[in-house]
Amino acid sequence: MNGIDRDTLAKVVAADIEPGSFVNLGIGLPTRVANFLTPDSGVMLHTENGMLGMGPEAAGDQVDPDLVNAGKIPVTELPGASYFHQADSFAMMRGGHLDVCVLGAYQVAANGDLANWHTGRADDIPAVGGAMDLALGAKQTFVMMNLLSRDGSPKLVAECTYPLTGVACVSRVYTDLAVFLIEPGRVVVRELFGITFDELQKLVDVPLEQS
Amino acid sequence: MVCIMPSTAEAVAGVPDGAVVLIGGFGSAGQPVELIEALLDGGARELTVVSNNAGNGDSGLAALIRDGRVRKMVCSFPRQSDSWHFDAKYRAGSIELELVPQGNLAERIRAAGAGIGAFFTPTGFGTPLAEGKETRMIDGRGHVLEYPIHGDVALVAAYQADQLGNLVYRKTARNFGPIMAAAAKTTVVQVDSVVPVGAIDPENVITPCLYVDRVVAVPRTVAA
Repeated sequence: MNGIDRDTLAKVVAADIEPGSFVNLGIGLPTRVANFLTPDSGVMLHTENGMLGMGPEAAGDQVDPDLVNAGKIPVTELPGASYFHQADSFAMMRGGHLDVCVLGAYQVAANGDLANWHTGRADDIPAVGGAMDLALGAKQTFVMMNLLSRDGSPKLVAECTYPLTGVACVSRVYTDLAVFLIEPGRVVVRELFGITFDELQKLVDVPLEQS
Repeated sequence: MVCIMPSTAEAVAGVPDGAVVLIGGFGSAGQPVELIEALLDGGARELTVVSNNAGNGDSGLAALIRDGRVRKMVCSFPRQSDSWHFDAKYRAGSIELELVPQGNLAERIRAAGAGIGAFFTPTGFGTPLAEGKETRMIDGRGHVLEYPIHGDVALVAAYQADQLGNLVYRKTARNFGPIMAAAAKTTVVQVDSVVPVGAIDPENVITPCLYVDRVVAVPRTVAA
């Protein structure tokens, strides 16, 4: 049970994004997907703080304090980029104008419920940002995560125990061990990475189906 | 009618204790740091601050929080790697937090400026942030009733103003500026430069002058 590394997983996600899509990549692991989107794919990246056509991270004298991504990292603009205010940026999400968003997660439930904003611990300062808008706004919401948490417990669960970000909003889960399709009433395993179906089924308490 | 102010101190003069202050910016991008510092010097207390984040580092909004001027923060993402002043106040129980999903924060501010009484949004439905709020099923999907956020004062950073107060912004520093400018009784804007009327192409004006009350030039050494 070795699975695939983060960059290989990012490549798998990137290959599933249709050419010409409008895409939002969440902070953290999903950001890596950008490295595997080729310019000829015509995919345009949206960043929630008010930009479409976001380019790679800025370096050296490209750094401009007025041009950052959702993680507040300096970025660049690509030809054809546009800027807009926050209400417009979130109207793009909530209005269903983005094709795909890729988010990280603490937990995903078998019905597509997502938990990715708050551990619920009393000493934790909660911060939600655009997570709730993104989760339910895009036409398709993909989650990218390790299947197991650091303590070995599965993050694909029958029911989320962490506070929810959105209800029944995830359509696919990309993990280091398998790709899962969340369909009405069932979870289908589309792809396995260095693990057998039976081994995978033993790791999660959710009934899985083979594709 | 806009007033071009000679100093940031005069631009923020008259903000009373207990005011609701809308502060633009996403992290440091578009944060009107000099206006916030003038507000700090002005001494207003017990403020409710509406801003996406809860301060970065030791300047601007972070300094206002550090000095105990903020009674309540309304924001979407308080916790950041450099939000230590907010974190300390929050853990000590000396600042109230209303956490709002970012899109709901933006739309509530927009609604205030647009004269909307309230609206139903799917964002947050079924989550702890919708607890206690009125909900409704619309087209088979759960929605939450959200109310507008009006400001007594808005502090906004823009790139350029003309002498009438028409504004243009720069890149992602636009963020909350246009919607906050419309949502407050008094809108105060700091700009890199003030230009003559006619110097900004009317097609390019992002915030029309009727939303703007006071403008002050705060030239920056960085940025193109």
